Amino acid sequence: MTTTETPATTATAPTTSARRLTTAKAMVEGIAQEMERDPSVFYLGEDVGAYGGIFSSTTGLLERFGPERVMDTPISESAFLGLAIGAAVEGMRPIAELMFVDFFGVCMDQLYNHMAKIHYESGGNVRVPMVVTTAVGGGYSDGAQHSQCLWGTFAHLPGMKIVVPSTPYDAKGLMTAAIRDDNPVVYMFHKGVMGLPWMAKNPRATGPVPEEPYEVPIGRAAVVREGGDATVVTVSLSVHHALDVAEELAADGIDLEVVDLRSLKPLDRETVLASVAKTGRLLVVDEDYLSYGLSGEIAATVAETDPGLLRSPMRRVAVPDVPIPYAHPLEYAVLPTRDRIREAVHHLVRA
Amino acid sequence: MDDSVRMNLYRTMVLIRVFEEAILRDYHADKRPAFDIGAGLVPGEMHLSAGQEPVAAGVCAHLTADDAVTATHRPHHLAIAHGVDLEKLAAEIFGRETGLGRGRGGHMHLFDPQTHFSCSGIIAEGYPPALGQAFAFRRRGTDRIAVAVTGEGAANQGAFHESLNLAALWRLPVVFVVEDNDWGISVPRSASTCVTSNAVRAAGYDMPGERVEDNSVEAVYEAAGRAVARARAGQGPSLIEVHTLRMWGHFEGDAQAYRTDLEGVPGRDPIATYEQALRSAGLLDDGQVKTVNEDAVGRVEAAIDFAKNSPAPAPETATDYVFA
Repeated sequence: MTTTETPATTATAPTTSARRLTTAKAMVEGIAQEMERDPSVFYLGEDVGAYGGIFSSTTGLLERFGPERVMDTPISESAFLGLAIGAAVEGMRPIAELMFVDFFGVCMDQLYNHMAKIHYESGGNVRVPMVVTTAVGGGYSDGAQHSQCLWGTFAHLPGMKIVVPSTPYDAKGLMTAAIRDDNPVVYMFHKGVMGLPWMAKNPRATGPVPEEPYEVPIGRAAVVREGGDATVVTVSLSVHHALDVAEELAADGIDLEVVDLRSLKPLDRETVLASVAKTGRLLVVDEDYLSYGLSGEIAATVAETDPGLLRSPMRRVAVPDVPIPYAHPLEYAVLPTRDRIREAVHHLVRA
Repeated sequence: MDDSVRMNLYRTMVLIRVFEEAILRDYHADKRPAFDIGAGLVPGEMHLSAGQEPVAAGVCAHLTADDAVTATHRPHHLAIAHGVDLEKLAAEIFGRETGLGRGRGGHMHLFDPQTHFSCSGIIAEGYPPALGQAFAFRRRGTDRIAVAVTGEGAANQGAFHESLNLAALWRLPVVFVVEDNDWGISVPRSASTCVTSNAVRAAGYDMPGERVEDNSVEAVYEAAGRAVARARAGQGPSLIEVHTLRMWGHFEGDAQAYRTDLEGVPGRDPIATYEQALRSAGLLDDGQVKTVNEDAVGRVEAAIDFAKNSPAPAPETATDYVFA
């Protein structure tokens, strides 16, 4: 067994790290370092072995750790997610991959009725320290069953933590924190932030990543751009879009503050409220569905605390309540694109 | 079969029956004259296991507290046979802070890390976690095993078949047990299941399958012995279906108007049958029957008293234990 000291927690990306990785490589590095450190960590799922994960979530892990610890499974999500639960109950630290979050329908009972409830139902006597990794998001014409985010659905249900990295730095640090956490953590990676060579990508999908292990604390948002005119609260790929729009609008004299939530459960309400208190204007950008979701939760957070924080009505850019369409013009009509974000900001600051 | 084994099977079955009769009594005691499922010291759905004692006694006789058992919404017999602490079990059923889950779980959601016992209220969904327990046991180089129990209705669920395939594929030390009590709530197995024995389904997963007829505790014991030995030896999983008996309703309050076999139920009581067999074999007489029953009553009533005298959880702690 290899052991290393648990490093001090670092909350924000260092500016000094010269080494740059894609989000996918940063995620894999976080997994590999924890597998080195802790022999109870293992990875299982569909096409996570020789293929290396359809979205490069496990590239090189099989070669490095062998088939005993990087295990391809049958297409039996209930069985292998449940297997991970049972192994976690017995003290192992499994990481189980649900290839697309859209597939949760075939195995959700194991996740929300078992993984997420055992600790509570046992009165705290049984812990379930496991990670579920899952790919989310659209933008590449994969249609209604392979393009959803659905983090609002998961975050609605008690008992599992939800993390959603948007940068390589956070992808590694949140993975490390998720594996070390004694609770079930759902780690939702957007295909569009992974830096995949076969998909359009934002330059932000590559960034500085320290080589040593570190944790990004679960439940803490990051103000990724400071500004005084309006707050954009968002997560995942939409952080990239929001930062792009903020840079454009800076030329027009509009100064946006961008909050990357990074975790949806627990939700860092304090950072959101502090930013809204500063700017007085709020836009929530969410690639999940509009109704009953993240954007409503952020609105409620402000309304329950002090509706007077807002100088103008808040706005939401989310997927209208429609399945994700296939045809490119239709899909991009419903996704939270830069155009929709820019338009919403203009309405917000003019109001 | 060794006489001491036979006597232990009998004692375990009696302990289970006495426990279930005590829960039955206290469950209904304060639900009269009008039945209100949410009222009383023991509220909620109550699925009691009278008649299914042979499954629990026969299988768990081969296990130690280091082995895992996952049960169903009808879990008490398996919990007791596997050695779950009777006081903590009773206290959980009564919703007390001293219960297995500090009153957060209830009778369908029992978790005991001491005996690696758990159950699921969702049909067939207790099977997949058992695979993981077996996986962890084997990964650590032990010969510990997991026993996964469902009812016959679960054999038509996806999780059942996914689990059998994965367990066989990875040669996991699991014993799958199907309690066929003939009824999926009100639906007879003839209306739900295309095969007359779920044991034949084992062939589809390249594992031994065996059906035990007549709710015979000794036949269960023998079949389970073969399956447990195979699992401990690293030879992979097995499937056992036991044709057992649901003596009472699906849950308490179930009038069972749908049930066409009720008349014959009292004559099929497996404990009475086994008691007679042991008397005939010269192992039991009136005095020993009395002693076994009195011992069981003493243990069960002490557990019930413990539960009743334990504090209820404080309302302000309702949101505790969501996260570790």
